[in-house]
Amino acid sequence: MRALATLVVVVLLGLVPNPADAESLVTSLSASRVLIGSNYTGTSIALFGAIERDSQTVSRATPYDVVVTVRGPRQYIVVREKEPLGPLWLNREQQKFPGAPSYLSVLTSRPVAEITSDQLRMRQKVGLQSIIHAVDFTNDRSGADRPFRDALFRLKSREGLYLEEERGVAFLTPTIFRASIPLPATAPPGAYDVEVTLLADTVILSRTVTHFEMVKTGFEQQVGLAARDWAWVYGAMTAIIALFCGWTASVIFRRD
Amino acid sequence: MQIYLPIAEMPVSVLLILGMGAAVGFISGLFGIGGGFLMTPLLIFLGIPPAVAVATQSAQIVASSTTSALGALRRKALDLKLGAILISGGLVGSGLGVWSFAAARRAGQLDLVIVISYVTLFTVVGSLMMRESVREFWVKRKGGTVRARRRGGDHAPYLGWPLRMRFPRSKLYASVLPIIGFSLFVGFAGALLGIGGGFIMVPALLYIFRVPTAVVVGTSQFQIVCTTLVTLVLHAVANQAVDIVLATLLIVGGVFGAQFGARAGRNLRAELFRFLLAILLLAVGLRFALELVIRPNEPFSITTEEVRS
Repeated sequence: MRALATLVVVVLLGLVPNPADAESLVTSLSASRVLIGSNYTGTSIALFGAIERDSQTVSRATPYDVVVTVRGPRQYIVVREKEPLGPLWLNREQQKFPGAPSYLSVLTSRPVAEITSDQLRMRQKVGLQSIIHAVDFTNDRSGADRPFRDALFRLKSREGLYLEEERGVAFLTPTIFRASIPLPATAPPGAYDVEVTLLADTVILSRTVTHFEMVKTGFEQQVGLAARDWAWVYGAMTAIIALFCGWTASVIFRRD
Repeated sequence: MQIYLPIAEMPVSVLLILGMGAAVGFISGLFGIGGGFLMTPLLIFLGIPPAVAVATQSAQIVASSTTSALGALRRKALDLKLGAILISGGLVGSGLGVWSFAAARRAGQLDLVIVISYVTLFTVVGSLMMRESVREFWVKRKGGTVRARRRGGDHAPYLGWPLRMRFPRSKLYASVLPIIGFSLFVGFAGALLGIGGGFIMVPALLYIFRVPTAVVVGTSQFQIVCTTLVTLVLHAVANQAVDIVLATLLIVGGVFGAQFGARAGRNLRAELFRFLLAILLLAVGLRFALELVIRPNEPFSITTEEVRS
């Protein structure tokens, strides 16, 4: 009897389509490579996406929500807090973030609070706050780590490197959307991950990841390579430029 | 007009950097100091990573000090012999300083060591100079004559130690031992604090060794060129933090500023010169002291230890 029941359950499970497979995402970036030249002052990348539904899936009553999360190259960041010691303000406590993204932006089609519930958000890592307060973001010190996480967010967003845009994703049709990823000039070169999450009614339907990279080109690239691979020559070059300019100025100004 | 800095990895305004170079170069030429203690905080304030700021501004110091030193050489206001002895002591001191820098960083208290050393050095040196020049002003005002800086046969005892040498241009006949010991200390403090040490060298040559003001500036600049050249190349090799584009911009601004500074310095009366330098040092010392005692607006700060790609 029990075996029969199990069989029935298995058959029933097979019949109900898995919601996660019903929709899939197709995304494309306007550029897979951002070139940094001497006149680079920041840019933005456009992301286009389409939601594909297979033929068996019926259209949903609730609209789709899209969350785009962009992460820059990882950094080892230390946040320190100044505290008073007698009359002096000194760095006392610190909190390490061994793998914090140098750049982090979250673009959503609606405010994150409306897309999914608080508990789900932490588990799904949807939204900037849930990434910053994730358990694996830094070592947990039972609450003492919280002000440091907030400080990291505050200081990084002041530089325009951490940001969340509530209406950053715009639906052109019910199944086609676009988003513009802002890249400030201080966003460092390196590999960037773009994670696109599709949700409906607080459930994650699909998730895809694409990449782009920021690279220095031309003169900027040559200088970067020279400084790394030919450090002695590079240092000597800089020294010669300095000495030469100093000498030239003293010659120019000698006459008058 | 903006230009992207390849090593600092951020764009800056060309005119702003040229202007900063010129302003710091002027002060540098005026007082015969490197100006690193002014330029480094300015660059960090612009958002340039501290390692790049410290390393790159040393290129500007080399350039503006070369100009001043060559100018002093033509005016015969440079004591090469004294300079060479200062350099040899300074290089050894720098090595010790770099080593202590690493040790303090391992102990995790580098920031504190630096701020406290800044406050102590700047306020002590600044107030000593201030007291001296105020006294001079006072005596002059009353119509009295200022006691000669040095009378014949009036020597501090440490100048009479063994190994005496003659420095005709500096009007100095003294033992090299205190001079080397002192240059060791300057090199040590300089490497530890990321500064050239000109602001300690100048007052010390003036007050401790009683070298004439005109020669002090030239000789100090000569010493700065040589030690900073070594620092610049070491920074490029060890930290790869020298930004050649930023360096060139700072240099171009700096050499012109230094020219006008040196010219202005020659027209300044000696006691006014010392008074202004004292004010500058006290102001910097006070700024660091305030940073230590005033409740910060933002108690948190972030540092990027390394980039992982």
